[in-house]
Amino acid sequence: MNPPRAINPLHVAGIAALACLIALPFVTPAYFLHIVIQILLWGFIYTAWSIMGRFGFVSLGHGAFMGVGAYVPALLWNYEGVTPWLGIPAGVALSVLLAVVIGYPCFRFRVIGHYFALVTLALSEVVLRTITAARDITGGSLGMTQKLAGHSWYALQFPDKRYFYGIALVVWLGGLLVWRWVDRGIEREALEAISEDEEAAASLGIDVMREKLRVTVVSAALTSVGGSLFGQYLAYLNPETVSGIAVSLQIVFAAIAGGMYALLGPTVGAFLTIALNEGLRVWFGTNFIGAANTIYGILLILFIIFMPRGIMGVIENLRMPRRAPAPAPAE
Amino acid sequence: MLSVSGLTKRFGGFLAVNQVSFEVREGEILGLIGPNGSGKSTTFNLIAGALRPTAGSIRFKGGEIGGLSAHRICRNGIARTFQIPRPFRKLSLIENVTLAAYFGNGSSDRVEARRHAEEALALVGLPADPHTMTDGLGAAALKKLELARALATRPTLLLADESLGGLDASEMERAADLLESIRTRMRITIIWVEHIMGVLMRVVDRVIVLDHGEKIFEGLPRDAAHDPRVTEVYLGQRRT
Ligand SMILES: Nc1ncnc2c1ncn2[C@@H]1O[C@H](COP(=O)(O)OP(=O)(O)O)[C@@H](O)[C@H]1O
Ligand SMILES: [Mg+2]
Repeated sequence: MNPPRAINPLHVAGIAALACLIALPFVTPAYFLHIVIQILLWGFIYTAWSIMGRFGFVSLGHGAFMGVGAYVPALLWNYEGVTPWLGIPAGVALSVLLAVVIGYPCFRFRVIGHYFALVTLALSEVVLRTITAARDITGGSLGMTQKLAGHSWYALQFPDKRYFYGIALVVWLGGLLVWRWVDRGIEREALEAISEDEEAAASLGIDVMREKLRVTVVSAALTSVGGSLFGQYLAYLNPETVSGIAVSLQIVFAAIAGGMYALLGPTVGAFLTIALNEGLRVWFGTNFIGAANTIYGILLILFIIFMPRGIMGVIENLRMPRRAPAPAPAE
Repeated sequence: MLSVSGLTKRFGGFLAVNQVSFEVREGEILGLIGPNGSGKSTTFNLIAGALRPTAGSIRFKGGEIGGLSAHRICRNGIARTFQIPRPFRKLSLIENVTLAAYFGNGSSDRVEARRHAEEALALVGLPADPHTMTDGLGAAALKKLELARALATRPTLLLADESLGGLDASEMERAADLLESIRTRMRITIIWVEHIMGVLMRVVDRVIVLDHGEKIFEGLPRDAAHDPRVTEVYLGQRRT
């Protein structure tokens, strides 16, 4: 049998960190809590992106899923009085539909690499423009506010930030669990194989289309939920902040910079983007929005060149050496 | 068990496989030989579902499989190796083979898949420890990995594409013995492609010779050596 389990210092650290996170809302000022909620929600969305991004499916379309996730429950609530508890799943359904409609032909015709990025980029832009064009109901580029209902579980609205903090924490942990589940499953190996050589993978019985679609659907669905919660939290939606190319680019940047091959990498990416956003806001005032995209673009290139496995990748390398290559065959 | 008739593959205006028909009998090792570019690998790609036939039919155990997708054909019991090994370099040896064992016959038990993978690696003589990666493996070891992956899918028909390519003389003998033992001990029917006759002729029951996408000979190995068209192709005495 196994020897008595040694106490894993990582587990202890994890539990301590979780305890701190649970205690946090009771000891911190509101502004700080606002920052942490954003880190958790973005961290969740970046984690969702990296579930497929880590296999080389670099989607610039996740802004679309986020936008759909944000707008569908808000519109249903404002115009039909439908609770977000139904509106959020409706958003997920539409996001998944979009993901399949774009993903299936891409995978069928082996649209990969830059071309995949371009096709998905177009999706981002189409959703952004659709939201902007439907200004009669969405408020166009001026944005829209949800009808307020005070403190309400039915409307999923809470003036007290601590409620959203709790929700964000649970959802973020859920995202980490999904990430881990994909990481531990044999599907991860199958997807690694597919990303390296589709034909060889198929020759071993791997249903390439099925595996790709599955991971895409999971990623899109989670991103949609993230968008919904953002909308609910802010109670104000603007197409530029929850959809479009800028948002997609931010997602890609954060996931790559934080490290998409590590559990906490995307969350580290969220720290980075939030810090960057807040820093830019403080330094440049309100006219920083254009600057942010340029800076993300430049940083993304720098990371891809100098730190392709992101910050967490560097940390992991320091902690443990890479797996050994095969010894010279003794023949 | 496999019946190919009128199989044709056209790449643009070029006929890579032209009206090829043959039968594979259960339990045999069928040699498929021919010079480079004669359409052997293309024939394998058609049978294994990597390419769609332009015309013709491929029946396996009574059902038509021509044009089915590669993963379905694999799960039906036909495994193939690639002439140029195509290992997944991001995965370890055992992971490479476990994938095949897991997905190749629709099992859903990782532990069992792992066990099958270990057996397959042991059979071809590769290490099954979890840390051995594919970089640094020589040509012979990569060929063995191809074979281990194919076997881990537990096929009834194995398509072995140039298992001797890049091997030295003693490695060739061992590879040929391995294929023979796979047939006798695991009862797997084999189609074995090679562009040279060599050791293949010692092991195969029957041989088919392709030239320019057409079948020019089918029969016993000893008769192939005396067939005028085969010797013409192999001794390069063609007058064209
Ligand atoms: N995908 C392809 N597209 C175009 N031509 C091909 C393709 N695959 C093979 N060919 C051509 O078909 C012919 C037969 O190739 P192949 O079946 O690989 O021959 P071999 O008998 O050496 O295995 C060659 O002339 C090759 O160039
Ligand atoms: Mg060939």
